[in-house]
Amino acid sequence: MKLNVNGNEHEVDVEPDMPLLWVLRDELNITGPKYGCGVAQCGACTVHIDGMAVRSCQMAAGDVDGDITTIEGLGTPNAMHAVQAAWVEHQVAQCGYCQSGQIMAAASFLDVNPEPTDDQIDRAMSANLCRCGTYPRIRAAIKTAAKNLSGA
Amino acid sequence: MTLTTSRRRFLQGVAASTVLLVGMRANGVLAAASETTDINPFVRIDATGRVTAIVKHFEMGQGPTTGLTTLIAEELGVTMDQIDFDFAPSNPQVYNNLLFGTFQGTGGSTAMANSFAQYRNAGAAAREMLIAAAASDWGVDATTLDIVDGMVTGGGKTAPIADFVASAVTQDVPAEPRLRKPDEWRLIGKEGRVKRKDTPAKIDGSGIFAMDLHLENQLVVMIAHAPRMGAIVKSFDDSGAKDMPGFEMAKTLPDNSGVAVFADTTWNAMQARDAITVEWDDTNAEMRSSDTIRAELMSAVETGDATYQTRGVQAETASAMESAAKVIDKTFYFPLLAHAPMEPLTCTIEPIADGGVILHDGAQFPTFGHMTLTQVLGLPMEKVQVKTVLAGGSFGRRANPTADYNLECAMAFALTDRSRPVKLVWSREDDIRGGYYRPAFAHRVRVGLDDAGQIIGWDHRIAGQSIMKGTAMEPMAVHDGVDHSSIEGVADTVYAVPGMSVGLTDHAKATSVLWWRSVGHTHTAFVMESMIDMIASETDTDPMELRLSMLPGETPEQKRMAGVLNKLAELSNWKAGAPDGQSRGLAVHHSFGSYVAEAVDVSGGGDQAVKIEKVFCAVDCGIAVNPDVIRAQMEGGIGYGIGHVMRDQITLTDGEVDQTNFPDYEPLRISDIGTIEVAIVASADAPTGVGEPGTPPSGPALANAIARAGGPRVTMLPMIDEVEFA
Repeated sequence: MKLNVNGNEHEVDVEPDMPLLWVLRDELNITGPKYGCGVAQCGACTVHIDGMAVRSCQMAAGDVDGDITTIEGLGTPNAMHAVQAAWVEHQVAQCGYCQSGQIMAAASFLDVNPEPTDDQIDRAMSANLCRCGTYPRIRAAIKTAAKNLSGA
Repeated sequence: MTLTTSRRRFLQGVAASTVLLVGMRANGVLAAASETTDINPFVRIDATGRVTAIVKHFEMGQGPTTGLTTLIAEELGVTMDQIDFDFAPSNPQVYNNLLFGTFQGTGGSTAMANSFAQYRNAGAAAREMLIAAAASDWGVDATTLDIVDGMVTGGGKTAPIADFVASAVTQDVPAEPRLRKPDEWRLIGKEGRVKRKDTPAKIDGSGIFAMDLHLENQLVVMIAHAPRMGAIVKSFDDSGAKDMPGFEMAKTLPDNSGVAVFADTTWNAMQARDAITVEWDDTNAEMRSSDTIRAELMSAVETGDATYQTRGVQAETASAMESAAKVIDKTFYFPLLAHAPMEPLTCTIEPIADGGVILHDGAQFPTFGHMTLTQVLGLPMEKVQVKTVLAGGSFGRRANPTADYNLECAMAFALTDRSRPVKLVWSREDDIRGGYYRPAFAHRVRVGLDDAGQIIGWDHRIAGQSIMKGTAMEPMAVHDGVDHSSIEGVADTVYAVPGMSVGLTDHAKATSVLWWRSVGHTHTAFVMESMIDMIASETDTDPMELRLSMLPGETPEQKRMAGVLNKLAELSNWKAGAPDGQSRGLAVHHSFGSYVAEAVDVSGGGDQAVKIEKVFCAVDCGIAVNPDVIRAQMEGGIGYGIGHVMRDQITLTDGEVDQTNFPDYEPLRISDIGTIEVAIVASADAPTGVGEPGTPPSGPALANAIARAGGPRVTMLPMIDEVEFA
């Protein structure tokens, strides 16, 4: 099957029921999306399909109907997405394992809700776990990113 | 300055060398070289002047890749942009944790504490050698020169350090280089000057964790683990997996602890493992339920004598209590807890051309992993390398005296023809059900108060499974039969407690247990700080005032503990109290050399759902090397502590773990916790721990807030059995 990931076309030979997460990680060596639970309870595997955040551990590769963006395609070190820049400003990451998923979830959320309240951030982000407990900084960084995005 | 002569051979014929390495010999003497075959360095400076700190501690988010790098940059005189980091190889003679003996490892919140002098010395020695080279070249007195932002500067001249790398190698190594004084520091303790070195790779997907390693031609192995601890494989049937895509083979591990299932990819290994059925021999398996274990622990603290009297004399406490006007008598229970780091356990063993192997791992205890591979694979120490990569959290789980997952990977690798890399992957279910839990503990405390509300006796009994007994850590942590980690935070409390006696009863092995972020303090701080709040309520005393009155400043520890309480009072505007409609709970604790006071503001309580609105924290961890990393560790430690006391527990039914994954072992979520404000007490004392000390006070501060909000006084965890959270 064909998959478009971060603007590149890939031909992959996998069972259609293989979760997208494992196609990205094991077949294409795109390892930004992480395995955390395999049951859509932690959000570490979050990627975008046509801009919408999805849990790639629960999305069968054969069901993908759109262009995939992973953290590797969101921004570059020299041209960071506003959410990535806010993550640097607030020094959010500790162990970092969940942060690809957090950033992808936040970027998609801000697309839909560019001026979120704390409660809306909490609701949108409560499906993404961080065992290091970086939540207060995630909340602050999303507000900074929202401000910078609306000012842009 | 005294000079060592050990490196004088570099005076001959090494002018063309292009790298300066500065490290330490096993005897603690500073040394330099230009080849890594001669020395394992702490700092490396290449011909272009690029500086690399060789970090001997692994990075699980607690910050040593920034902290140890900061120490080198400070002494050497370079900016944080001019320095990178690499993880050190396994070498327990050179990269040992100075607080652990000849052992390389991270734990006990010691990374900065044991590296502070060592890494500054290495950076300072490199500075002095570069300066000596420049002084010689320029014909000036070395004392007139310094290195500032990577430039050798002084006597009207300035040049990049790169110009002197080759000739610096030929300089004598200073035995005792001059360390920069605190008033010269540009980085240490300075707000906003240092950003984490590991951030860029963690926000663009480029950071490599052990789970991300994908070596050419690798096999992925998953283990069908026994559902009960101590069970072994009787037989297995892999006929269901034979025709599955990517399945390679299934074999029983040599110690019969499980069945190793090999496949070409992670997903195929997961599918194949699910298709294999195993019959288990439960002869030596743990068959008890956690309810039974709990009842045994409660019985141990409520009746009968403790096995060990670890403080005071119980008869004297009992006698003092006879005249008590009031006795507060409470029993506490703490369930088994899993660490559940975001990255499930994984490591890879790669065969290399010389017949040896490389262990790729987020290696918290590289020495144990290293030794384990030599034993299982029959290789000499020099044929095993350990390559440390980023670790997706740990909270103690990756530091295991049994090196359990390294051992599993080695046993699986030994089942193959050893021609292909073998990557071991644990699922989240393996992690939640895989043992090595924070042990269950029970406490019973009886505090006697006189007519004036003064404490006249404190009878404290503790029962739980020892973490250290039967492990390689026993000689260090167990004395006269007492595992110090079972009683730390009670028997050695900083408070002045009259008439205190502490008894400990070890509980028979129920499951495999392990240290869990802050170890014994996970339960002892909860008990001590809950009891003190109950005394404050009973005597109608301000909980801050009561604590300060029990810290009369007779010891440096009491002064520092009072110091964080005063700082917290200032930060939280204690006298004004919580905002309208909210209630505030307080707790303070000393652990890992540091002092942390916390206040939790909650709304709700009574018959309304409880919500954590805000947390205040004051910490004294000595010199604050990287203030923002310290704040982050306090924030994270608070979240970790609070999340687990709210709703987490591991339970067993007939020996089988009931929980499976995050749906039924649900950690703290962003909606559970409001903002956290952290203040750091200014200090000139040596740096102490920050990874763990934020955790112990957080649970009791929440419990105290809930009690003050009209909710129940929770002493049996998790709280969710009695408290509804918003």
